[in-house]
Amino acid sequence: MEKLLNEISTCCQPAYDISCDINIEINIPSNLQRCSSLHFPNITESDLLRHFTNLSRNNYALSTTFYPLGSCTMKHNPLISEQVARHYRFNQIHPYQDELTIQGNLEIMYKLEQDLCAISGMDYFTLQPAAGAHGELTGLLIIAKYFETIKQKRTTVIIPDSAHGTNPSSAMLAGFNVITLDSTHDGQINIDKLKQLLNENVAAIMLTVPNTLGVFEKNILTITELAHNNGTIMYYDGANLNAIVGIIKPGDLGFDIMHINLHKTFAAPHGGGGPGSGPVGVKKFLEPFLPIPRIINNKTHFVFNYEKHQSIGKIKAFFGNFPVILKSYVYIKLLGAEGLINSTKQAVLNANYMLAKLRDNIDVPGGHKCLHEFVLSLKSILKNGVKTVDVAKRLLDYGYYAPTIYFPLIVEESIMMEPTETESKQTLDKFIEIFKIIIFKEMLDESDKIKCAPHTTIVRRLDEVIAARNPVLRW
Amino acid sequence: MNIPNDLRYTKTHEWVKINEQEVTVGITDFAQQEITDIVHVELPDLGKHVNINQPVAIIESVKSAFDIYAPLSGEIIKINTLILEKPELINKFPYLDGYLFKLKIANINDLNVLLSVNDYQKLVTER
Repeated sequence: MEKLLNEISTCCQPAYDISCDINIEINIPSNLQRCSSLHFPNITESDLLRHFTNLSRNNYALSTTFYPLGSCTMKHNPLISEQVARHYRFNQIHPYQDELTIQGNLEIMYKLEQDLCAISGMDYFTLQPAAGAHGELTGLLIIAKYFETIKQKRTTVIIPDSAHGTNPSSAMLAGFNVITLDSTHDGQINIDKLKQLLNENVAAIMLTVPNTLGVFEKNILTITELAHNNGTIMYYDGANLNAIVGIIKPGDLGFDIMHINLHKTFAAPHGGGGPGSGPVGVKKFLEPFLPIPRIINNKTHFVFNYEKHQSIGKIKAFFGNFPVILKSYVYIKLLGAEGLINSTKQAVLNANYMLAKLRDNIDVPGGHKCLHEFVLSLKSILKNGVKTVDVAKRLLDYGYYAPTIYFPLIVEESIMMEPTETESKQTLDKFIEIFKIIIFKEMLDESDKIKCAPHTTIVRRLDEVIAARNPVLRW
Repeated sequence: MNIPNDLRYTKTHEWVKINEQEVTVGITDFAQQEITDIVHVELPDLGKHVNINQPVAIIESVKSAFDIYAPLSGEIIKINTLILEKPELINKFPYLDGYLFKLKIANINDLNVLLSVNDYQKLVTER
C-alpha cells in the first residue's frame, strides 16, 4: 500500500523550504504560540507527484472500469460539463454578490427549473436541496406544512417495503410515523393492503417508479386516485427517473411532489459524500411552501424573492450546489429533447439485453422484462458456501466495480445491475461472460477463490464487522 | 437451526418466552443467521407502551438495518442493556444473553396470535 507522506519524509534531501522570516513573537501572544514543531513532511516534488499519482491509480471509477451499481445510475458524465463549471466566469463568483452582477447564474437556475418542470410534469421546482435524501426531507417538510396550513392532522406516511432506506428515514426526520406496505411477490404495490391502510391519518404515499426491481408500477393510476380520494399526497422518489425521462411524466401519473437526483439522471458527478443535488418539484397547490429564496423573472431581470410567508424557510446555505446545477443544465442542453428520449430508450435496451443474457439460468423476481435496471436472486444457484457478497467481491478481481447487493430487501441474495445508456454492447458482453464464469464455473470448481476474494485489489477483504463495531476514526 | 420447544414465535421472527404477564422477547436463531453479524442495536425506552406489530427496536448488521416488531401489546419493563455494548451476543446466544427486552403484556388473550413451535418450524422450512 502507498505510504503516507510523513512515512516517506526524510530530513536529508532537498525539498521545498517552507520556513518564513516573519517574527511571530512580535505578532502573536506567547500563550497562542505553538511549542512543538509542525512535522511537515520533507519530500521532493517528484516524490510528492508520484505519491498522489499512485494514490489516484487505486480509484475505481467510471473512467477506469464498468460500474453497474444498480439504483445509482453510474452513467458517463460529459467532460464538457466539467469544463463549463470550471470556467472562470462561473468559478470566481461569490454568493454574496449583488444579484445584478450574477444575472447569468440566475438565468441558468431559472431555466433549469423550467426544464425540469417540462420533463417531470410538475409546475414549480426548487434547486436548493443538496442531495436526493435532502430533497426527500424538503418534500416531506413541504407536505407537513401543507397539512398544517389546511388544519388537518395527518401523522403517517406509507412506504413500500421495496423502497430506498432514505424514504422512511426522511419521513421520520420530518416528524411522520412510517407504515410499511408489503409488496406482492413480483414487487408491485398490493392494492388491497393499500386500501386497508388508507385513512384520514395518511399524509403521503412515497413511491419509486419504476420500483427498485426495475419494474413499472402497473397500477399507478389506481394508486394515485385512491390516494387523492383520501386527501393523501403522492410523493415520487426520482431515484429511477432515468427509466422514464421523455417517455412519461410523474406529474401526469398523478404525483403531487417529487425530487430528482441530478447526479443520477442528469449526469452530474456522484459526490461520494461530496456535493450532489436533489431538486424538488411540486404541483401548483404546494408552491407557497417551497423553500426561500425563489428566483423570479420580473421582465427586466432575475431576482431572489424572500417574501413568501408560507414557505418552509431556508434549507441550504445560499442557493443550492450551483456547479452541480450548472453541469446538469449543460447536459440537458447538450442532449436536447430528442437526445434525452434516446438516452432513456438506450438505458432500457441495455438493461434488457443484460437481463436476456442472464435470465435463463438465474431467478428474476421482477419478471423477464425490466426498465433501466434489474434484480437477480442468486439464492437457488449459490453452492459450496458461496454467498452473493463473495460473488460481488470476486468481480473486483476482474476489474469491475461490484453491482448493488442485498438490496432491495424483499429479494433474498439479491444482486442489482444497472448498465445505463452510456455502455457499449462489447462492455456488456464481456461483463456477462465474466459474471457467468464466476457463478457457473468458479463456484463449482474454485469456490475458495470466490470466498477469499478479492485477490488483486490494493487491500484484501476488510473485516466490515470489526470496522462497524469498533471503528478507529483517527490515525 | 435451533428452535426451542418452550417458546412461542411470530411471523417476523421474534421469539417470546411467557412467564404469566411478563414476557421476554428476542429474535430467533434463524433471524440472526439471516441478518448476519450484528453491529448495532437500538432498543425502546423503559416504560414505553407498545402496540402489537409496531416497530419497537432496530437491529443493524453489515448487510442492512432491520425493524423488530412488538410481538404483543404492553409496557417495556426491562431492556437488555448488555447488547448495546456487545451486539454480538444476539448472534451467539439469541435465546439467552442476546434477548432484547421484557414486556408486561396488556391483554393475556393476545397470546393466541403467537405461533407455536411447529407453526414456526413450518414457516422457516417453507422459505
